Amino acid sequence: MEIPEVKRVSAVKRDYLARLAKEGKRPDGREPDEYRPIKIEKNILRNAEGSARVRIGNTMVMAGVKADIGEPYPDSPEEGAMSTSAELPPIASPEFESGPPKPDAIELARVVDRGIRESGYIDMSKLCIEPGEKVWIVFIDLHVLDYDGNLFDACSLAASAALQNAVLPYEKFDLGENKPLPVTSPPISCTFVKYEDFIVVDPSLDEEQIAQARFTVALDKEGNIRAIQKGLKGTFTIQEIKNIINRAQIHARNIRKLLEE
Amino acid sequence: MKDGIRIDGRKPDELRPIKIEAGVLYRADGSCYLEWGGNKIMAAVYGPREAMPRHIQDPTKAIVNARYNMVPFSVEDRKRPGPDRRSVEISKVTSEALEGVIFTELFPRATIDVCIEVLDAEAGTRCAGITAAAVALADAGIPMRDLPVACAAGKVDGTVVLDLTSDEDKEGDADLPIAIAPRTEEILLMQMDGHMTPAEFDEAVELAIKGCREVSKLQREALMNKYKTFEVE
Repeated sequence: MEIPEVKRVSAVKRDYLARLAKEGKRPDGREPDEYRPIKIEKNILRNAEGSARVRIGNTMVMAGVKADIGEPYPDSPEEGAMSTSAELPPIASPEFESGPPKPDAIELARVVDRGIRESGYIDMSKLCIEPGEKVWIVFIDLHVLDYDGNLFDACSLAASAALQNAVLPYEKFDLGENKPLPVTSPPISCTFVKYEDFIVVDPSLDEEQIAQARFTVALDKEGNIRAIQKGLKGTFTIQEIKNIINRAQIHARNIRKLLEE
Repeated sequence: MKDGIRIDGRKPDELRPIKIEAGVLYRADGSCYLEWGGNKIMAAVYGPREAMPRHIQDPTKAIVNARYNMVPFSVEDRKRPGPDRRSVEISKVTSEALEGVIFTELFPRATIDVCIEVLDAEAGTRCAGITAAAVALADAGIPMRDLPVACAAGKVDGTVVLDLTSDEDKEGDADLPIAIAPRTEEILLMQMDGHMTPAEFDEAVELAIKGCREVSKLQREALMNKYKTFEVE
């Protein structure tokens, strides 16, 4: 997450994290392959068609799904559409400012969107009401409430959890009974950062602040790759990336279990 | 309204269920989560901190900057993200109401930022927002003359009632949200729309103040609970 203000880390902290990294340790005592505790709460809002609150450590994200009726795209007249937006409002961090979404928020929303879209999590072919005329448009809104690192995974998980139990409001538009949103199996996103040649999963804010490079991979149920985003100025070797993807497989399986509980 | 009982089964002078929790966010200096009927509100306070850009600073006192925001999925039809005219107005009157009790003169050139996020809305969000913001301010240790509290009264089918639901708000005759400083019962905020006779207005204000007193107790309990459950490791 490239937030110029947050990037100003004191030299003392930077040195401290670097020294720990050389010993293979993390500032909060986790192993390199250890997530912070993950908590998922589903369907907690009344006005949203689907909702979820996800916590990864101190990070807290709320996702809400709304459905509306609109025209399909001309190249897919029998398919619904989806749109993902993310907000980094000032409630979540002293560095966030109100105003239109900045590049960080747009990148975040697009990476989450890509994982869901490319894994076919929402069955778009079942969102058609009248071919070429009327289809469901699914809006996924991600609202960050507390920012302590790793928004990519928190937002992706929140979006998947909110979609999982979402309802298409047919009754609201006098089209018959409400139906569950047709979904398949969700993508699971795993994010790693690299600093001092130390690669760790689920970066906390401290780690993100000094990270040289970031890597997010979204995996489907079979462990196949559905979306990737490499971020920040630093680089990875091909070998490092292969290792990251192998490590992500284990995390994705565990997180998928949590989501399906 | 039937036999003195409202559509959701409440008596005319009864509040919806309210739940308040203080200190729920990690990054914020103070925070509060509040459920009031179908409303779910998260409020946070940042500051006092240096007001930026510099030209907005006041050399005699702190600025109180409240931002009321409804999230896109908090209402029936998805709301486009960002402030609209309604939320700009609510942000303004909320800032002014809160500034009324804060010792702003202690923090020249500073800003106290209050974020109010409406996650789920069901009538009375501005009162719920101010009530949550007050708890978040206290949680942040901001020095205040009093702990503000808000509640609305209104008129439905010719009867003055406390704390309208969304159906009552839509079908009703009047809505009167107020915020007070409960110790002195000074009015910090008052808005009204609809139609009331002067006598009904007097009755509604009295009822709203009674509601405020009840909510005020819950605010204090929430703040005390935070420290009751605090244990030294």
